[in-house]
This record gives sequence, C-alpha cells and structure tokens, in this order.
Amino acid sequence: MDIFLQQIINGLVLGSIYALIALGYTMVYGVLGIINFAHGEVLMIGAMVSLSLLRLILGLTSDLPGWLTLLIILPITMAVCAGVSYWIERIAYRPLRNAPRLAPLISAIGMSILLQTLAMMIWSRNPMTYPQLLPSIPIDLWGSGATITGKEIAIIVIALAVMCGLLFLVEKTKLGRAMRATAENTQIAALMGVNPSRVISITFMLGGALAALAGIMIASNYGNVHFYMGFIPGLKAFTAAVLGGIGNLKGAMLGGLLLGLIESLGAGYIGDFTGGLFGSNYQDIFAFLVLILVLVLRPTGLLGERVSDRA
Amino acid sequence: MKGFRIVLKEALFNRLPRSAYLWIGIIALIILPWVVGASGGNYWVRVLDFALLYIVLALGLNVVVGFAGLLDLGYIAFYALGAYSFALLASPHLPQQFETIAAAFPEGMHFSPWIVAVFSIILAALFGIILGFPTLQLRGDYLAIVTLGFGEIIRIFMNNLDRPFNLTNGPKGITAIDPIQLFGISFAKPLDLGFIQIPGLYLVFYLFVLLAISVAIVCLHLQNSRIGRAWVAIREDEIAAKAMGINTRNMKLLAFAIGASFAGVAGVLFSAFQGFVSPESFTLWESIVVLAMVVLGGIGHIPGVILGAVLLAIFPEVLRGIAQPLQQALFGHVIIDVEIIRQLIYGLALILIMLYRPGGIWQKGGNNS
Amino acid sequence: MMEHLLLDVTDVSKRFGGIHALDSVGLKVPHGSIVGLIGPNGAGKTTFFNVITGLYPADSGMFLFDGKFYVPESVSEVTQSGLARTFQNIRLFGEMSVLENVMVGCHCRSSAGVIGAIFRFPSTKREERSIRDKSLQLLAYVGLSEYAAMEARNLSYGHQRRLEIARALATEPKLLALDEPAAGMNATEKLELRELLLRIRADGKTILLIEHDVSLVMGICDSLTVLDYGKVIASGKPADVRVHPEVIRAYLGQGAA
Repeated sequence: MDIFLQQIINGLVLGSIYALIALGYTMVYGVLGIINFAHGEVLMIGAMVSLSLLRLILGLTSDLPGWLTLLIILPITMAVCAGVSYWIERIAYRPLRNAPRLAPLISAIGMSILLQTLAMMIWSRNPMTYPQLLPSIPIDLWGSGATITGKEIAIIVIALAVMCGLLFLVEKTKLGRAMRATAENTQIAALMGVNPSRVISITFMLGGALAALAGIMIASNYGNVHFYMGFIPGLKAFTAAVLGGIGNLKGAMLGGLLLGLIESLGAGYIGDFTGGLFGSNYQDIFAFLVLILVLVLRPTGLLGERVSDRA
Repeated sequence: MKGFRIVLKEALFNRLPRSAYLWIGIIALIILPWVVGASGGNYWVRVLDFALLYIVLALGLNVVVGFAGLLDLGYIAFYALGAYSFALLASPHLPQQFETIAAAFPEGMHFSPWIVAVFSIILAALFGIILGFPTLQLRGDYLAIVTLGFGEIIRIFMNNLDRPFNLTNGPKGITAIDPIQLFGISFAKPLDLGFIQIPGLYLVFYLFVLLAISVAIVCLHLQNSRIGRAWVAIREDEIAAKAMGINTRNMKLLAFAIGASFAGVAGVLFSAFQGFVSPESFTLWESIVVLAMVVLGGIGHIPGVILGAVLLAIFPEVLRGIAQPLQQALFGHVIIDVEIIRQLIYGLALILIMLYRPGGIWQKGGNNS
Repeated sequence: MMEHLLLDVTDVSKRFGGIHALDSVGLKVPHGSIVGLIGPNGAGKTTFFNVITGLYPADSGMFLFDGKFYVPESVSEVTQSGLARTFQNIRLFGEMSVLENVMVGCHCRSSAGVIGAIFRFPSTKREERSIRDKSLQLLAYVGLSEYAAMEARNLSYGHQRRLEIARALATEPKLLALDEPAAGMNATEKLELRELLLRIRADGKTILLIEHDVSLVMGICDSLTVLDYGKVIASGKPADVRVHPEVIRAYLGQGAA
C-alpha cells in the first residue's frame, strides 16, 4: 500500500504520454487503416529537435525561466514534427494506397530505420542528456509517502489540455467533421466535397505534433535522449490505442492512461506477486502482454473501434 | 528489357544440357571456400558460412511471409530458441549454475547438435503454434506488431533470466559452447585426410551448403503441393480460400510452425558454429534483416530469396571493406560510421523496393506485379 | 409427394445496426432442382448467401442441409459438407493459373499433408496427378481447356465467371450456390451458361441461383423465391411469381401492379 499512490502517480504521468502518442496512431488508423510504424520515430525526432533548440537558446542566454524556454521551443518542435509526419505519409504511404497490405507496412519499417539512421547522423549514436527546465523537486503529497514533481504535474496538465483541445477540434470544427467523415467512409466523404488526401495529410501532421510533445515530455522525464528512444514507447502507445479501440480518439486517451497505470502498478508489484522471480526489469513485457490479451479477447478494444470502410 | 532478359537466358542457360549445369554448380561450390580462403582469408569464409545460415533463415521466413502472406516481425525469436537450446545443452553453463545438473552430468553436458536440432524443431514449431493460435486470425498489421512483441518478449527473457536463478546468463550470454560434430569429427579442427587438410571453416561451409540445399528443396516441394496452393490461395483471398473448404487457420499455423522450425535448426547450428550466444544476436534488427532479405530478393520466389540472403549477408562486409578506406582516403577520417551507412541503405532499400519493385530484385515468373 | 429437400432454411434474420437485411426469410431447395433467388438490388440476396454459408452469423434461423441441422459458423466447414458458392464480385486467385484455381478447389477432397508434400511419396504423387486430371476435366466441362495455363486475372469477364463455377464444382458439392453468374455476360455467353447449368443439373447437382437476367431465370428455374427489403414476397413456380402483384410492384414501383 505504501507504493500504491506513488505508482498511481507514475502511471498517470506515463499514461498521459502514451495517450498523446496513441492519438497519433489511432487517427491514422482511422482514416487509412494502417499502423504508422514510423510514428515512434517522429517522437524521437521531436525530442532531438527540441534538444538542439534548447542548446541553442541556452547557449544564447540562461536568463529565461525554464517554462518560457519550453514554451518557445514547443511550437517550433511541433511544427517540425508535423512536417516530418507529413513527408512520411507522402513518401512511404501515399504511393502505396492501392498496393497489397504488406507493402505500406514494409515501407513504414524502412522509413522507421531511415529516421533512426538520420538521427544517428545528425545528432549522435550515443545517448545525450536533456536539460531539466522544469522543477524536479519532489513535493510531498499529504504525507502519504508519495511524491510528485512540478515537471510531472506539468506533463499531466498539458497532456490533458491538449487532449481536450483535440477533442474540440474533432467534434466541433469543420475540419474535425471532415476528418470523421473520411474516417467513416473515404469515398463518400470525397463525394461530399472533402479532399481525402488533404485530410489524411492533416491527420498525420496532427499526430506528428502530438508525438513531438510526447517526445519532449519523455526526454524531460528521463533526462536523456537517444536515437532508439521512440521504438518502445511507440509500441506501447500502439497497444494503448488498440486497448481503447483503434480509430477511437477517446479510446486512445483512455487506453493510454490505463496502460500507464497497468505498467506502473505491475512493475511496482510484480516482485511481490512472483516472490521475487520477476522484477521490474520486466516492465516492458506488460505492454506486450496487454496487447496480446486485448487482441485475443476483445479485439475491438474497450470503447469499440472506428475503422473506415476501405480498411 | 524483357528482350534482353530472354537473350541473356538463352546465352546462359540453354547452351548446355541440364546436368552439365548441375555439375558446374557442384564443382563451383566445392572449390568456393578454397578460392575465397586463398584470396580473402578465413574471415571471408566465415562470412560465407553465416550467409548460408541466413539463407536458411530467409527461406524459413519466406514460407511465412512469401507463401502464406503473414508478416512475422518476431521471427528471430525462433532462431534464439534454437540457439539457446543448444547453448544450454552443450556447454558448461548449466552444470556450473546448478549442482543437481552437475551431478547428473558428471562429464558435462555435451548433447549432440543433431539431437538438439530435432528437439529444437519441435520446440520452435510448438512455440510457433502457441504464438500463432490466438493471433493468426488478426489483420496483417496487427499480426506484425504482435509477432514483434513476441520477439521482444523472448529477447527480454533471455536478457533477464539470470536472476533469481541463472538460466540464460543474461546480457553476458553463454560461452564455451561445443562445436559442430558429425560422426565424431569436430568441425572446429581441420580434417586431416592425409593428402589434404580441410580447415574446420570449410567443413562448416560444406555442411551448411547441404543444409541450405535441403531446406530449399523442402520449400520447393511445399510450394508445388496441395499445401503450397492452399497458402497462395489464403494469401490472395482468404475468404475465397475458405469457400474452397480450406481450413485457413490450420494452414496458417502450419506455415508458422514450419517457418519457425527452420529457424530453430539454424539457431542450433549458429550456436555451435559461433561458440557463444547472447541476446544481442536476436534483436528486432535481426528480424528486420531477414525480412529485408525475403523482400529484397523476391517475396515468395525461392531463388530470389536465396539471392537476397546472399547479397544482404555479404553486403555489410563489402561495405566495411569499401566505405571505411574510401572515407579515409577522401576525408582523412571516417565521417559516417559503416554501421550507420549500412542501416541507412537498409532503410532506403526497403522503401524503394516497395515503391518501385515490390516483387523483389528477382521476382517470380515475369508475370508478377 | 414430398420432394427430398437438399436445403431447407426457415426464419433467417440478420440485422446490421438498425437495418433488417434479412427478415424471417425461408427457402426450400429440393434435390436435383434449380431454384432461383431474385429481387431488386439491395434486397438481401447476397446477404442470404453469406448467412447460409457461414460468412456472416445469422441472428436467427433454422438450417437443414441434406436432412441434417447445421449452424453456419465456418465457411470452410460448409463447403466441406457439400455447399459450394461463387461470389457476386468474382473472387478468383488472380495470380494463380486457371488450372491452379481449380486445383485449389480440390483441396478439401484430398488429403496430402506436410510430410507427403515434403517427401513426395508415391501416394502423394498419385494424388497430385489425380487432382490435376480432375481439374483438367472440369476445365473441359466448362469449356476453358485452352486457357489452363493462363493467369486467372487475364481471363475475360465471362470466362472468369465460368472458372469460378469450375472451381466450385471441384469441391464436389451437392448444392451449388451461384451469385449472379450471368452478370456482365453477352447474349451468347448467357446461352452457353444456360447450357452449362442444365448440364450440371443433369449430372445430379442441385443449383441455387441469384440472378437478375429474367429470361435466364424464367427459362431454367424450377421455382423462384423473391426477396424485397429482406423479406420474401413471393415464392413458387416462375410463371406464377412473374405475375404476382407484389413482385411487379417491387420491380416496377407502386401503381404498376
């Protein structure tokens, strides 16, 4: 019980990040019916780009408050990643719209490798430290033994705000309507005057921006970045998207938070459950097990999936 | 282009009777290690030996991806199972870790690679079925991710099963594994035939060639059989295949199990050949490399897959031989590490092949898309 | 005198969301007959096929095939028990040759397994040869012998439809369920199809036919069932059904009856 609250908090932080990444996967799956295998790499690029920007700014001046620096680099990083995501779709997916299903998947794997290699070349093969700009001093919570840092609060709050913003966009705006229409039935949407290619591009760009945010959060949370950092979170976020119901935005958010909690609590308690046989170093396995369980027992996810007719 | 290919075929293949080509091929394979060894040294013969293992892996994955159309991104896990099986059954590791085993095997564990190979065929096939049973009904991309997850799970276990009891020795891996043995002849030492001494590496080459040829023949037979047709039917249109009375689930499981068992055998031989195993040899990257061999070579086309395996197995070595000195000469130092160049080319190759030549370099029959 | 019914389904219903694709549909197919299932587009005919063959699960219904109850859950099992179908949108194995397509149809009536495939025992080779011979025979039966080596997707539309029939026949069905086999055919091809269907019936098979071509249907069907908006609106001899007021209304609209 002593670690329960702490693990809940850790789970919420982790889950918020997963949710942001999962949204990217789920939106793309909704309109195109494919897994954007390279999505995790966009996250990594976001972290890398933000690192470069931070180094630039911190090199110029160290007077700016941490939050302001972040505020400056955030939109730039998100814009860059939106662009990266856009080009991923243009190069690796669009030409293969009518190819057999295996083709875009293999192409995406190639794109993933390509991005990792570019990161290795442009930045470094080795992990690099990420400057800590937000307060990392643990704040005691009501003497329960659990602590939370300002950084973690920021992550949860920002993620929540962004998710609400996205929901607003999708449900209340014209663009959002176009996205939903394309997700339901691309051909009919086209007949209604929606430009599916444009909607798909925007979907990718939105996903990319969210991934950038998640990348910055992960980098801040763990204090370092490396070229391989997108792979595992990407995989887990995909699991979260499936858990919530692929194509379903609220599902992705729910799935993300849930997966974060499952992972945290699991890692925290697995030692006790298995009598020390398995420790928290098996943390990553939880996501995979959840994935297999969900796909076998309830493939449509908790909130039901929303995949377009063409999928 | 097509005309040129016909002329080439004419020139190369239709001059001599079939059996002549067979003999030329056999003789070429027999002298190959000697030629390579003399010009490039033992290093390059080793490269050839590994290339042959890759051929077996690629042919196995081809059954899964090329014949049945199932994208398995965790294929290397079956390779790992075979490799670790032999590592555990033919090295001092287990007796060192567990007293009871040391007592049961006073002379150490030295199971024959052939027995372990049979065992790992069964083990790998079993795991293939266990993995496949709940997942083969999934959509293509879901299957890919799940198999990827499976591969990672196996690797994580290999990496972490050194506590609380040391089964796999974690990241350090298992060393001092017995070499390949056949009829009492160890392939780690040269074979003295009196008039000639055959180095161990060459013996391994001949053995692996026989293995690769056997596997290729098995694949060929499968392809042109009732089972092979069922696989293609499932790949083309699963619903129509079901309407033909084909039990698609069992057929897919079969493909999975057969592919897995090829990897299992290859794993045993890899372990015996290299003498040590560690989780590093069984990462997602390796699964992708084997996939690239199948895709690049020609999905579903056996000769194409063999070509793909050979090219991609040799390519990194050639690259190392060229890119490093080239950069030294041009820039005075190595700007981009060879490893990075290799990955870059892999990534580009996968994308470009899918965009411009999805059937692979050597595609099937000429009537492929 | 009760004709022996090969297929007897009653009270079949299927909903998709709020839409009743099939509403308490019943159909009887006597042995050795040709039964037509007709109706305007969207009436639910293909959905009916999908339900009785197990492609879609039914919400309700009683299914009797050759006197035995069955629950249509598995498409492959339905075919194995003797009910073969073709598809409205032609689902051939495009990359395979014409002959190979038919050979796939022989799958469920042959038994060579992995071991046999790998080692090529004499018994396996014999079975392969008989599969091949049987498939060539079926191609001759439908008149496609000369195209045996051609890739299936290169066949003309009418020939593709015939290939689908040959492939379905390879499964040795008792009941052949054809979904718009005449669609896209010209007049000559339709006459040839008519001959083929009559020949199939003469050779002891039973046929259930979805078709839009009125003259074809009137000419060869022993009985007709008419669907409209998922409901059976008429059933019986072609001549009777043709003048049934509901049927006329369904096809031509209100006020035409």
